[in-house]
Amino acid sequence: MTEKQLLLGDHAIALGALHAGLSGVYAYPGTPSTEITEFIQMSPLAKERGVHSKWCTNEKTAMEAALGMSFVGKRALVCMKHVGMNVCADPFVNSGMTGVNGGVVVVAADDPSMHSSQDEQDSRFYGKFAMIPTIEPSTQQDAYNMIQDAFELSESLKLPVLMRIVTRLAHSRAVVEVKTEARKCNSISPAENWRDWVLLPVNARRKNDSLTALQPKLKELSNNSTLNIDCKKGSPKQGIIACGIAYNYVTENLADMPEYDILRISQYPLPTEKICAMATRCQSILVVEDGQPFVEEQLLGILPTAIKIEGRLSGALPRTGELTPDNVRKALGLSAHEHEEACELVVPRPPALCQGCGHRSVYEAINTVIREKYPDAKVFGDIGCYTLGALPPFSALSSCVDMGASITMAKGASDAGLQHAVAIIGDSTFTHSGMTGLLDAVNANAPITVVISDNLTTAMTGGQDSAGLNKYEAICLGLGVDRNHLHVVEPLPKNMEEITRIIAQEMEYRGLSVIIPRRECLQTLNRKLKQKKSAK
Amino acid sequence: MKRDIILSGVGGQGILSIATIIGDAAMNKGMYIKQAEVHGMSQRGGDVHSHLRISDQPIASDLIGQGCADIVISMEPMEALRYKSALKKGGWIVTAKAPFVNIPNYPNIDAIYAELGKLGNAILVDAETIAKENQMTRSVNMILLGAAANALGLDIETLSASVARIFGSKGDEVVAMNVKALQLGAEVK
Repeated sequence: MTEKQLLLGDHAIALGALHAGLSGVYAYPGTPSTEITEFIQMSPLAKERGVHSKWCTNEKTAMEAALGMSFVGKRALVCMKHVGMNVCADPFVNSGMTGVNGGVVVVAADDPSMHSSQDEQDSRFYGKFAMIPTIEPSTQQDAYNMIQDAFELSESLKLPVLMRIVTRLAHSRAVVEVKTEARKCNSISPAENWRDWVLLPVNARRKNDSLTALQPKLKELSNNSTLNIDCKKGSPKQGIIACGIAYNYVTENLADMPEYDILRISQYPLPTEKICAMATRCQSILVVEDGQPFVEEQLLGILPTAIKIEGRLSGALPRTGELTPDNVRKALGLSAHEHEEACELVVPRPPALCQGCGHRSVYEAINTVIREKYPDAKVFGDIGCYTLGALPPFSALSSCVDMGASITMAKGASDAGLQHAVAIIGDSTFTHSGMTGLLDAVNANAPITVVISDNLTTAMTGGQDSAGLNKYEAICLGLGVDRNHLHVVEPLPKNMEEITRIIAQEMEYRGLSVIIPRRECLQTLNRKLKQKKSAK
Repeated sequence: MKRDIILSGVGGQGILSIATIIGDAAMNKGMYIKQAEVHGMSQRGGDVHSHLRISDQPIASDLIGQGCADIVISMEPMEALRYKSALKKGGWIVTAKAPFVNIPNYPNIDAIYAELGKLGNAILVDAETIAKENQMTRSVNMILLGAAANALGLDIETLSASVARIFGSKGDEVVAMNVKALQLGAEVK
């Protein structure tokens, strides 16, 4: 039996995973992946089955916990935004070496055009790097179906499988036909050969050989995969390879194409036989892929080929930024649809910190102290709502690189002789990746001022639980921060005098200090009040 | 029947609720739907938009190309103009009239109205005033949706049924108010 549901791509993945007999989802929130885990947290089926869905502290702890669940024989899902793959790269790559027992699927949600990210990296490279299969759905229906295929593939190969999606699939809704019954969850059945899981060199060498030896089989699976579809009409001179969501932008234009020869790729490693077959019947191949030129580069190699390869590298498509129906249409040689020019009156409307947000008071205080006492000071920022402090009216930040980098960069700058270095980091980012850096700073007694701007939630992604809630003073003291230089303040306009005094005093101090301005995020506070009201 | 719709506004103005209602209505008519949303950083008071496509034939792309939108529904006049180049020749703009000024360089509002006027098929809805007069300040988005119903090719009964389904959990009062908002919107000429 099936039924139709209107689902976000993220929701389709979540429901597909539940229907595949998922026992646990492990994730740290990150746009555009967050809604996968949230869907499972709200799912009655997940509740009934006791599916684990609590947020993890970061992507590395998530990946490792999933591997543990797999070791015991159950199916686990790991979800993250693309840059989360960097954080979990160590266990992710090594999970290819250990292999899996219960199925493991890792969903990496890429963000071409960086709608809410700091880079445009393409997670397909990670699948190739770890030498495991990668699945790339085109539609929400694919996402629902393929996550189930991916769990089957994972258990049959005894390897983790990577599913790569992009923002426009994750955050787009469509009607999806879904099953009304779910596969049973696996029962406990721990892996039998412990040597497979102990990556001492003696075991790792053997596993490396077997993973390498498996590669031709993965290629053969791709060649025979029903996910890699040929779609042909007539005998055009140009073949088209369209990966994942790019296939939608190509097929959108089919009505205007008298003939076409398209290979959709949704399973990697690349189906080399299918590609070679296309090369024998075409004079050129256009590669349409969202993200980086992953396929195009592999087809090009270094030495000249008889067949012309076009795509992002040749200039047929823009080198960076996401694909659109318009730039794909142009690459297909079709003329643009008639349209009006953009209106010059319209000005950008950048996002801003909410009116009344605690982060605002924190930046006002820091800026006041710097302006009045330490004009040479630098403020190192981090990832979260408070990154918006880089924009006017605050213009407070000198850097924002990756989760946790505020503390470690402030320390490095201080090591180099910068007199007054301030780090500003949110509560959730601090537990994600800031704690280890703070220990470095403690051990060096680095003369930096660390501001943990605590709004009791992971606000940027919509108010998910913050792993260190109510534990920040204990964490700092436990790491060795001097009790006399650890302050908690309430960032309200009426407390500005006290806050600026404490910041000034600690910037003057030639050792490590931590200041925790703490006030609940207005968005989560309002949501709680609304829930309370509707409960009455 | 096929409609490519761009919904626009400022984060928090309720364009996603409009999208949800249209999506539900289309689904109940057995139509295909694709709706691309914007989540994350852009929601903090920045401009937001959603591409909504409904059709009785399968839909390929999640995004609407330049010059392909049948209608732009906007909660804010400048945000309506932002998508001028997406609009098909002869396409409709249905926008709320009241500007949302949260930036220092917001353009002259009369110039915005003049530009909208040049487009021919533009309906400016004083949704905020209608909402105030009827004590329904939180249903501005549904007034706008009612005003767009004709251009959308969806009747008020179909949309009202969707409002009842989507807002049902919030109680009968909320449903009744939003249905009334749709009707008031539909009366705007």
